[in-house]
Amino acid sequence: MTSSTIVLLLASIVAQSAPLMLAITGETITERAGVINLSLDGTMMFSAMAGFVVALRVQQIGGFEANLVPVLAGYSAAALSGALIALIVAWGSIRLRQDQVAIGFVLTLLMADLANFLGQNFTRIPGPSVKHIGIPVLKDIPFLGPVLFNHDLIIYLTYVIVFVAWWWLYRTQPGLRMRGVGERPASAFARGVNIGGTRYLYTLIGGALVGMAGATYSLDVKLGWSDNHILGVGWIALAIVIFGGWHPLRGAFGAILYGATKTLATALQQSFPEVPTVLFNTLQWLLMLGVLLLVGGDTLKRLVELAPKPLRRPLAQALRFAPPEGLGQTFFEE
Amino acid sequence: MSGEKLIKTLWPVLPIALALLVITLLLLVVGASPAETYGAMIDGAFGSSDKVFSTLAFWVPLLFCSIGLLVTFTTGLWNIGVEGQMIMGAIGASWVALKVAHPNPELSPWIVIPLELIAGAVFGALWAALAGVLKTRGGVHEIFGGVALNNLAIIATNFLISGPWQPPEGGSFRGTVPFSKNALLPLFMNTRFSPLSLGLALLALIAVVIALRGTAWGLRLRALGKSLRSAFILGVPSERGMIEAMMVGGMMAGLAGAVRTLSWFDSLRQSISGGIGFLAILIVLLAGSRPLLTLIIAFVFSVLLNGGTIVQLRTQLHSSLSGIIQGALVLFVLLFGDPWRLFKRRQPEPPPEPGPPEVLEEGAA
Repeated sequence: MTSSTIVLLLASIVAQSAPLMLAITGETITERAGVINLSLDGTMMFSAMAGFVVALRVQQIGGFEANLVPVLAGYSAAALSGALIALIVAWGSIRLRQDQVAIGFVLTLLMADLANFLGQNFTRIPGPSVKHIGIPVLKDIPFLGPVLFNHDLIIYLTYVIVFVAWWWLYRTQPGLRMRGVGERPASAFARGVNIGGTRYLYTLIGGALVGMAGATYSLDVKLGWSDNHILGVGWIALAIVIFGGWHPLRGAFGAILYGATKTLATALQQSFPEVPTVLFNTLQWLLMLGVLLLVGGDTLKRLVELAPKPLRRPLAQALRFAPPEGLGQTFFEE
Repeated sequence: MSGEKLIKTLWPVLPIALALLVITLLLLVVGASPAETYGAMIDGAFGSSDKVFSTLAFWVPLLFCSIGLLVTFTTGLWNIGVEGQMIMGAIGASWVALKVAHPNPELSPWIVIPLELIAGAVFGALWAALAGVLKTRGGVHEIFGGVALNNLAIIATNFLISGPWQPPEGGSFRGTVPFSKNALLPLFMNTRFSPLSLGLALLALIAVVIALRGTAWGLRLRALGKSLRSAFILGVPSERGMIEAMMVGGMMAGLAGAVRTLSWFDSLRQSISGGIGFLAILIVLLAGSRPLLTLIIAFVFSVLLNGGTIVQLRTQLHSSLSGIIQGALVLFVLLFGDPWRLFKRRQPEPPPEPGPPEVLEEGAA
């Protein structure tokens, strides 16, 4: 393998991971505020369809030469769909005190079906796509330049969103309050934080990001629309949120790791055609189980015990995989 | 009847009507005629005696899966893996059909069919036990374990169909060779409905209801479902209870898969479950885990499922329409089904049913 193929491979991993990163960041924000939006798989399917169809129609009707306006319209539609679906989850759990998982699961199925239904006349046709812009100067850095800074616009926006999410969660007052709402709603409430309002807000923002993730597939990474276009991706994203320990940067790392594994598997598959493809197909699901086993069981705890004493505390903190304590629980104001 | 009671009785009509209204609007938006669509749906489900029996044939696997889910929901488990358990059941039954019945066509169906059903139940139960152990020992929430195992089961089917169990003429990726006659369930006349399987499903329902309501075992599972922590304090062995519940759930799903392979199809097919397991989750959610209601809603869903095939043929609408109707019904009932939740700001502690009380708390046990 020459160095240029390696660069191409890495660049494609970065690009392929972007929509997953958006979805993971969105869900991380939502769950950090204490709400589980389980509908990710359906939400991403629906918003991918909505984003593509709206962008295509705007392009056809408006007669736009450039892709900018149609793509913006598509992203807006996708973000709006994601936020609206999240609103159903939020309203159902916060106001009606219904089971979040139940509502999320129904929406997972319903939205995927709706996406297939409404998108049926838009399958396998070319449409607008996100513009490719290499960032001047940065893209000329050897190796790193082409891997990180020679992409479509949405990829850079994804970096920014992931970083802003981290900064907001860990470096600002409102972020601290929001984490409080997710960890100990009763204490946050006692300090005068509006629990319901905070949860609505972050569930909607998270949903909008998940919607953008869907559009990033249909308008950038997996162009267009087809039946069950991205079915299953949402579940992967939900699992990586856990793997990322509900932390935006670690979630993004998880997305990259997943993308790398998938790319590697494809490459291996091409190099070893005699190995049945089934083995490669099972890989991502075995990986999902393996990773969740790693963070769910006490393997990591035991690993930390092995480390020299002064390292144990920071290591334990770095490898924290505990969910927000108030996650998925209905909060009753006393 | 007092006013409150009247509201309580009549209210459920509202979310259902609302769901149908939304579906009708959706049909109008895509330019389809609602009257024609609903007509085709009813006609497809009841239009002739053949169609009625097809509807009944859809009812059986939906029932089996739902019955299993009654057990897992009671225990507070989200058995999303029901889909994969059903597929494994189909694989188990096919294994007996191909390896035992196929080489011995003179073997009595009285021996073959029970063997197939047992194999289906065992395969389903083991696949479910895997999800259970992953949860109790590995800290993998059953939702994620289930999703992964579902996909692995689908891949396993594809592997078998295109590999070891590929028909000798080769090439086809659609199914195994048709099973020999002694391996198939006896069908009613020329339909694909097996009365025996419906009888078994109804028996299973009765058995499960008795087990859940009238035995110490059922009491333990219900305790686990209500509150993991208090069940633990009371000394209910949570790990054992959960895995047993999962295995009963998987057994039922496995029977669903076996029955579908041996009556609706005559071979192991790629699309053996076709979302029936997921639909069963919707059914039990809609029924609020009430057995009689589960029976009825499962029938309504099989009407939609079977009618939907005719809708697709006649109106060229996408096959996802029945799924949309089913999903919308459940969503609207969950959201608007309880007037007291809707209109009262404060309310007494609602039981967090169905579903585990502390969702996604990894490895809580």
